[in-house]
Amino acid sequence: MKSSLFSRKGHGLVFQRKYLCIPYIVFLVLFIIIPILIIVWYAFTDASGRPSFDALVDFFTSFSKLNVLLVSVFIALQTTLICLIIGYPLAFFLADKKINKNAVLVTLFIAPMWINFVLRTWATRDLLTWMGINGGSTPYLATLIGMVQNYLPFVLLPLYTTFLKLDKSQIEAAYDLGANPVQVFVKNILPQSVPGIVSAMLMTFTPTMSSYVITETLSEGKVTIIGSYIDLDFTSRLWNEGSFMAVIMLIIIGISMFLTRGQEKDTGRTNLW
Amino acid sequence: MVKKIIGHTYIFLILLLMYVPVLVLIAFSFTEAGNVGEWTGFSWNLYPRLFQNQEIMTALGNTLILAVTSALVSVILGTTGAIGSFYSKRKMRKAIDSVTQIPIVNAEIVMALSLCVMFVFLQSYVFRTNLLSFWTLLIGHVVLSLPFVYISVKPKLEQMDPSLYEAAIDLGATPHQALWKVIIPETIPGVLSGFLLAITLSLDDFVITRFTTGSGLLSGDASIMTISTYVQGKIKKSNIPVELRALTTIIFVVVVLVVIGVTVYRLYKAKYGKTRTERRANNA
Repeated sequence: MKSSLFSRKGHGLVFQRKYLCIPYIVFLVLFIIIPILIIVWYAFTDASGRPSFDALVDFFTSFSKLNVLLVSVFIALQTTLICLIIGYPLAFFLADKKINKNAVLVTLFIAPMWINFVLRTWATRDLLTWMGINGGSTPYLATLIGMVQNYLPFVLLPLYTTFLKLDKSQIEAAYDLGANPVQVFVKNILPQSVPGIVSAMLMTFTPTMSSYVITETLSEGKVTIIGSYIDLDFTSRLWNEGSFMAVIMLIIIGISMFLTRGQEKDTGRTNLW
Repeated sequence: MVKKIIGHTYIFLILLLMYVPVLVLIAFSFTEAGNVGEWTGFSWNLYPRLFQNQEIMTALGNTLILAVTSALVSVILGTTGAIGSFYSKRKMRKAIDSVTQIPIVNAEIVMALSLCVMFVFLQSYVFRTNLLSFWTLLIGHVVLSLPFVYISVKPKLEQMDPSLYEAAIDLGATPHQALWKVIIPETIPGVLSGFLLAITLSLDDFVITRFTTGSGLLSGDASIMTISTYVQGKIKKSNIPVELRALTTIIFVVVVLVVIGVTVYRLYKAKYGKTRTERRANNA
């Protein structure tokens, strides 16, 4: 295949189709790669720019910071698990053509995502306060409800696409060979849906740790996650400490990507439209 | 049959739980009470009050301008990027694809902080002037949505018949004409969904806005507020203007209309129309 645009003109190559991506590459380098390198640099320097491990020492000797990290991971795990427990059967039913004819119901589940999420969180808080589940009495429960409500669509989408692609003939074969419904589920449907489960987990786990708007709003500031701490460092202009926290998050993301490498198929967000 | 009943019950129960908070808020947008749960009689008053609230209108205007501009920039950069990378060498394409994945898997707050730290670094050591403005905010939002435009356009190029471009050239089209009349039209569905996705991401964003905002737009000399940052600021001070209930109602109605429109269009297309690629696949 010819890769040059002006190759037939005879005089030197002026422009090639592949040059179209130059602005894109420049943008990626300037605003994605370099900023990440800069926070890694900031994480290991002090306020005057000299190399230092102050932020690292500060992080690992601070009880409150380690506690925030633990709480964040814990909330993220719980949110992911609850979303999976609710979302797995939901996606299974939605993928069933007899139950959900035109995929219209799926759109209904995604529609709340188009309402601004701060407004949505505020709506949830108002309702929970009315019901007596507020930040004052049960901050942790209120936070979890808000998180699950926000991330359920993200779990639903990858699971739903996986269930749509399920190999039906394998399931029929299992039944024909005498497996009972439980065996068919455990030995066939569940293993087939693993890529969906993995994408769903990735879609929830790390975003949960940074959605501090939800924790701050619903727990009225009583539950602190790593995102709130980074925000605090930003407000008080503590760039080195903030950067170190961000690097910790990068490491957690790296670990979760490493643990699930080759498993995930696609990110559900692309199916939004 | 039993499975169908269980399925429907479960689906509608969860749907109800998802919608209850917004529906309650909508119900209480027709009363002027200070809190949800108190009803002080029916009134339309929150709606005119919403449009008279200068702060909310400014935030709303900023949000819309930012969403449209950032989506346009993302679409142009993302589409040319996808076309360019499609015609690049394998190694280059792989590299671009992996870097594109970074913002998608990365936590929003890490991206937001890293951009902010870079701007602060540049303004204290290189430019010696305040950089945070509409432009930094725009860059932040483009970082957020650009990868999604790229990955919505890319599959359209992969599905394209490569001989079409060659045929256009052989029939006397200049390479520019071939690009505009053959390649670009093939990517249109991907570009459109990328554009809509970019708008959605920008409208919904809080973290990036908070970390990269500066003065400008409708806010004038003050920091640019979007609906997200405005509402969050009010929530933190526990003094939320009740007019926001009316705003939520209006947003909900718009969303419902858009969803109905998109659904009707999809059902119509599934029934009658097929895309060019599908038609071609059938003819082949």
